[in-house]
Amino acid sequence: MAMADNTSDLAPISQSVGMPMLHKVIFVALLAVLTVLPFLVYPVFAMKVMCFALFAAAFNLLLGFGGLLSFGHAAYFGGASYVAAHAAKVWGFTPELAVLTGTAAAAVLGLLIGALAIRRQGIYFAMVTLAFAQMVYFFALQAEFTGGEDGIQSVPRGDLFGLISLQDNIALYFFVLAVTFGGILFLYRIVHSPFGQVLKAIRENEPRAVSLGYQVNRYKLLVFVLSATFAGLAGATKSQVFQLASLTDVHWSMSGEVVLMTLLGGMGTIFGPLVGAAVIVTMQNYLATLGAWVTIIQGVIFVLGVLLFREGIVGVLARWLKRPL
Amino acid sequence: MTTEERGTGSAGVALEAVGLTKEFKGFVAVNNVSLKVEKGTIHALIGPNGAGKTTCFNLLTKFLQPTRGKITYAGRDITRLAPAEIARLGMVRSFQISAVFADLTVLQNVRIALQRTRGESYDFWRSEKNLTRFDDEARSYVAEVGLSEFLNHRAAELSYGRKRALEIATTLALDPKMLLLDEPMAGMAQEDVERISTLIRRIGETRTILMVEHNLSVVADLSDRITVLARGEILAEGNYAEISKNPEVIDAYIGAGHE
Repeated sequence: MAMADNTSDLAPISQSVGMPMLHKVIFVALLAVLTVLPFLVYPVFAMKVMCFALFAAAFNLLLGFGGLLSFGHAAYFGGASYVAAHAAKVWGFTPELAVLTGTAAAAVLGLLIGALAIRRQGIYFAMVTLAFAQMVYFFALQAEFTGGEDGIQSVPRGDLFGLISLQDNIALYFFVLAVTFGGILFLYRIVHSPFGQVLKAIRENEPRAVSLGYQVNRYKLLVFVLSATFAGLAGATKSQVFQLASLTDVHWSMSGEVVLMTLLGGMGTIFGPLVGAAVIVTMQNYLATLGAWVTIIQGVIFVLGVLLFREGIVGVLARWLKRPL
Repeated sequence: MTTEERGTGSAGVALEAVGLTKEFKGFVAVNNVSLKVEKGTIHALIGPNGAGKTTCFNLLTKFLQPTRGKITYAGRDITRLAPAEIARLGMVRSFQISAVFADLTVLQNVRIALQRTRGESYDFWRSEKNLTRFDDEARSYVAEVGLSEFLNHRAAELSYGRKRALEIATTLALDPKMLLLDEPMAGMAQEDVERISTLIRRIGETRTILMVEHNLSVVADLSDRITVLARGEILAEGNYAEISKNPEVIDAYIGAGHE
C-alpha cells in the first residue's frame, strides 16, 4: 500500500447488521416499564407522554435523519386529530378505524404540503411549512365540522375492533401502547432501511448523491410524507385518549413544542425524542399550577439546553458511552 | 463498448459541446467553447487559474445551466437535463473536494451506488440486512482501488488520497460509460498522484474520461488529447507534444502567473 498512512490505527466499525444489542435491551426495558406504568401513575398522563413521544420521533425522522426542519408539524398532528375525532364521533368509526382515517388524512396532507415545500431549502422550507400549517389552523377555526373555538368534544371511546370496550383507562392504555410503541419501532426500521441509508447519504453529501444519479427531491418527499403520517398517527391516537380535538393541536406553538422536545432529547438519535417528550410533558403536567410560568421555565430549559448540551440529553449520553443511541 | 471502438480515437464522439457560453451578471466565465470528447479516450481540459475550467466542467455535468450552446452525449441532446438524469445516462462526475459520504463506512459508500442501479433505494419498510447482498460486489470495487483493509472504517477517517480512491470505487460501482473527473490529483501527495494516475489509466482502458486539471505535467502521459482553456476560451487543442510546444499555451501559463 503506497498511500500516506495515518488511519491504520483506527478501529473498524463493528460489522453486525440488524438492531444492536444495546438498542434491543433498551426497547425491551422500555416495554417492561410501560407495561407496569399505568398501575403506578395516572394512565391518561402516561398515554399523553406516549403520544407525544411518537410525535417527536416522527418529527425527528424528518429533522434528524432527513435534515429538513419543518415548522408546521402541528398541521399533521392536529389535522389527524380532528379527522379521527370526527370519524369516531360523527361517522361512528371504531377506534382503530378512526385512528387509521386520521393517519391517512395526515399522509395526504403531508404529500400535498411536502410536494410544494421541498422545492425550497433551509429557512424558506421552514417558512413554507409554517405557512401551510397556519392555513390548516385557520381551516380548523372556520370550518363547520371542526367546532371552531370548542373543537370536537366528547368523542366517544368506542369498542376496539367492535369487540373490546375502551371505556376502561387500562384497556385504552394498552391500545395506545401498542400503537405508539409499534409506531416508534416502525420509525426505527425506516431509519435502518435501504431507504434510510440513502437518506443518510443525501444528508451527508447531497451534490454527490445527485452525481450518483439520485433524484434527491423524491427521497425528501417520501421522508416528509412518512414523518407527517406518523405525526398524524400520534395526533389521531391522542384524540381518542382525550376524547377531544382542539385548536391547541393545530396551533403553531404545537409545532414549536415538538421542535423543543426533539432538540432537548437529542435530534438524530433514536431515543432522544422519547426522552425530550417525556421531560416536556411531565413538566407541563406537574408545573401546571404555575400557569404562565411553565412557558418561561420551558424557555429557560431550552436556552440552557442549547448553550450547555447542544446534542441534547441522549446525544450527550451517546457521546459519553461512545455508542449511537 | 466493442474492441474496435476502443482507443482508435475515431470510433465516434461520446460528449460534444457546441458554442458553450456561461455569463454571470455580465461576466463571461466560459465563452463559445466547442469541445469533442472521442469515445474511449482520456481527454484533459487544462488551463491556468480562473480559465473557466470548473465552470466549463459544471456546465458539462449540468450542475450549471449554460447561457448559450448545446451539449450532446452519445448523440442525445442533454442541454436541458437535470444532473441526476445525466448520471442515469451513464456519465458520472467527481468533485474537486473529495466527495464521500463521511459518516458511512467504505463498504456502505460503495453500496449506495449499487443500491441506486439495482433498485431498493425507496424501500423504507425493509431491513438494511437486505443490503448485505450487495456486499460481495461492493468488496470487489473496494479491492480494485486497494482499500480492502479499510472496508469497515468510516470514510471520514481515511486519508485524502484514500478518500479519492473511495470516490472512484463508488463511481465505478455505477458502471459508467463516461467519467468526468474534476482535478482528481489536486492537493495530493506524490505517492498518491502516481497511484491515482495508474487507476485512471486502467479505468480509461474501457471507458471515456474527461478530466479537468490545473497542471499540464500531471496529464502529460495520461491523456490522449488535451484542450487548453484560458480566460474562458479555447486556446489550443492537441496531444501533449503539440500542446507543450505551443507558444500561446506557454504564454498563458506564465502570463497568468504574473497577474
